Amino acid sequence: MRFWKVAGLAAFVLIVAIPALAAGEGSGLSVLQKIPYYQMVVLGAPIGLGAAAAGGGIGMGHVVNGTATATARNPGLGGKLMTLMMIGLAMIEAQVIYTLVIVLLLLFTNPFHI
Amino acid sequence: MEAPTFLDFIPLPQYISFTWLIIIGLIIASLIVRSSLKILPGHFQNVFEAAVDGIYKFFEEILGKEEIKKHFPLIATLSLFILAANLTELIPYFDPPTSKLDTTLSMTLIVFVYYQYLGIRRHGFGYIKHFTGPIWWLAPYFMPLEIIGHFARILSLSVRLFGNIFGDDMLLAVFFMLFPYIVPIPVMFLVIFSALLQAFIFALLSALYIADAVSEPAHE
Repeated sequence: MRFWKVAGLAAFVLIVAIPALAAGEGSGLSVLQKIPYYQMVVLGAPIGLGAAAAGGGIGMGHVVNGTATATARNPGLGGKLMTLMMIGLAMIEAQVIYTLVIVLLLLFTNPFHI
Repeated sequence: MEAPTFLDFIPLPQYISFTWLIIIGLIIASLIVRSSLKILPGHFQNVFEAAVDGIYKFFEEILGKEEIKKHFPLIATLSLFILAANLTELIPYFDPPTSKLDTTLSMTLIVFVYYQYLGIRRHGFGYIKHFTGPIWWLAPYFMPLEIIGHFARILSLSVRLFGNIFGDDMLLAVFFMLFPYIVPIPVMFLVIFSALLQAFIFALLSALYIADAVSEPAHE
């Protein structure tokens, strides 16, 4: 009985994955006609990433500031505070990385099938 | 942007063959340790004992003593697999499976469905109380926000891991293209640190979501 449950779930998973094999192609425009899209992307992407990195950098600076001050006041808690700092830094860095993912998607994966 | 790997002779996509390679590697390592367990551990067994014990003690603080026993296999497997998968990024001709959104999204969906199922099984229909917020007559305002927040957890958990490892991969590739002699070494240290941190963060957040779903709604 348990074997059939597992086999049924595995078959379901495999069948659900079939639509992933269908991929769209570009509409066959020449290089010259694709340039306006890439112009816009090349203009906007570094500005967006720069703004994201600025905000992220300020936030991370506050985190490290708090941790350094707290460790200076209470050096016995140093290990726990460092763990908390690492968690905070990873959370903030994730925000910057969301912007990076969008930029990489726009630049390299041709989402509009141009 | 596909890099050549040493498993190219297998006709599957790269992330599937490397996922299976890591799984088989972890299983072989565990079987080797299991076949020669001693009271006074040797070197190899000591490493595994430290890893498993460290993960158990750390997550016992978050989840509590009786919950950790039920959920420890999932959390430890996730953390060890993601750690191994992230670290294979540094070996040439390897393609880390976590650098594709497919692997990370599937792991996130497993955790998401698991903790929702836990919450529904534990609280039944009262699971809705987790979504209503602190004041009961503001519930129609809070519920869409909480539901969107829960779905945003899928996106954030998967994209955090994917973006970190994929970005580190790109960074290494660019540095090796520019000046392949001494300069990539600090970048590789950064990659090791980031790999450890991301595996730890994924497991920690999964444990926090599970703890949040199983506990009583805190807003009463």
